[in-house]
Amino acid sequence: MRDKRMSLDDVVGELRSGMTIGLGGWGSRRKPMALVRAILRSDVKDLTVVTYGGPDLGLLCSAGKVKKAYYGFVSLDSAPFYDPWFAKVRTGGEIVAREMDEGMIKCGLEAAAARLPFLPIRAGLGSAVVDFWEGELKTVTSPYPGPDGTETLIAMPALNLDAAFVHLNIGDKHGNAGYQGVDPYFDDLYCMAAERRYVSVEKIVETEQLVKEVPLQQLLLNRMMVDGIVEAPNGAHFTLAGDSYGRDEKFQRHYAESAKDPETWQAFVDRFLSGSEDEYQAAVQKFAQEQA
Amino acid sequence: MTTTETVTRAEYCAIACADIFAGAGEIMASPMATLPQIGARLAKLTTEPDLLITDGEALILADVPALGAKAPIEGWMPFRKVFDVVASGRRHVVMGANQIDRYGNQNLSAFGPLQQPTRQMFGVRGAPGNTINHATSYWVGKHSSRVFVDTVDIVSGVGYDKVDPENPAYRFLHIARVVTNLGVFDFGGPGHSFRALSLHPGVEAATVAENTSFEVAGLDEAGVTREPTAEELRLIREVIDPKGLRDREVAL
Repeated sequence: MRDKRMSLDDVVGELRSGMTIGLGGWGSRRKPMALVRAILRSDVKDLTVVTYGGPDLGLLCSAGKVKKAYYGFVSLDSAPFYDPWFAKVRTGGEIVAREMDEGMIKCGLEAAAARLPFLPIRAGLGSAVVDFWEGELKTVTSPYPGPDGTETLIAMPALNLDAAFVHLNIGDKHGNAGYQGVDPYFDDLYCMAAERRYVSVEKIVETEQLVKEVPLQQLLLNRMMVDGIVEAPNGAHFTLAGDSYGRDEKFQRHYAESAKDPETWQAFVDRFLSGSEDEYQAAVQKFAQEQA
Repeated sequence: MTTTETVTRAEYCAIACADIFAGAGEIMASPMATLPQIGARLAKLTTEPDLLITDGEALILADVPALGAKAPIEGWMPFRKVFDVVASGRRHVVMGANQIDRYGNQNLSAFGPLQQPTRQMFGVRGAPGNTINHATSYWVGKHSSRVFVDTVDIVSGVGYDKVDPENPAYRFLHIARVVTNLGVFDFGGPGHSFRALSLHPGVEAATVAENTSFEVAGLDEAGVTREPTAEELRLIREVIDPKGLRDREVAL
């Protein structure tokens, strides 16, 4: 069986400008932040991003990496709730927004995973979602008349991804991986909807240990769903990572505060985002000590 | 200690939020703010013992703990399963609203034009799917003409005027209640428009009219929000919200 271990920068080296990427997790929960930071270090740009959005999308927007976003919401999940960089690029008209109902993202990923052009869904009818999509979103009329007449539904197009990035708690070198925590989110769907699938994990262990440490039902990814696996401890920081660690609320507030002003943001970038992942983690530790 | 004088505005809001779930039966309650959370838990402890309530994350609570406290669980409801429940219709959500209009269109997305808003909030979240699939109510802690507007900027939750009578896909739209710090409302006015059901004790009809950008149906006929029972007050004060979080959402 193949050894699929890679470095963060190897993974991002396989991306090209203009690609469509999916980011796993939800809001400010178990986001593939180490991979996002690796994108920030690269010269990749003009990305289309599909996400249950949080600071993953925010950070990509801060560096001008995003051309278009498919999302239901963007939330930090705790005060101050609204992501500052997403708000900035939206009010500046700098990205094309394909906003939709949360359930439509799941539906679009399911269509892509099943290699279908679309799946019908009721959500979106009558709302501004149709206007957000500027003609990209169609409806479909049921071929089966019902007792009350014939239903016309939203035809949610497949959200086909060039690459999917997800962060789980534990995996092996072949790409099997499990989550430890209360919610799998949609990480398996992102992988199934993508051409290239990359997972970062808190730790890589032997297969025998993986299947012992994780209840079978929480082995979310098997190796045919994964092209590359990266060991990235604290790789979801500053979002939460299930049983591994909670959200770093102080750091998230610092992120949001720093974004208010170009000078404080430059200081944030210089301190945290200008070096490698190891340098980021060291700077985060130092920040935590100062805050303690 | 259950006389009207000692009942706070927040407590009237709490029982009004509990009454949202009257008759709901064995469905999932999804209250999105403190007062609706108190309401759902109060309903479960009184008239609606079959209600399913969650910890706001992925666990279904077997017990009815105080807000923020841990409790034994009875099941698992991760986000993916929530969407299945939404589509099945076995859910009543109580959402907030940055804007709401006379037909129940709601905005929590952004202010201004779609592709370049003047202020960005969350996005439409689950509002389009909630409203088109199952019972939806709204909780507004500060009833004002900035919230109750003529036209919402971005239709997130779908209102009654958006229903296509030719398309049966809209048949599940049901906006049950709007509870605010001033009163209790529904959409039983002309053409499914905003109607006053009751005003909280001490609230004048004129105050509601001043703080709503459109005409409120039934304002002169509206009664007074009912008094809580002694047991309801005990449950609110001692069991569900001993820390008084309700007073942070509603003054007075």
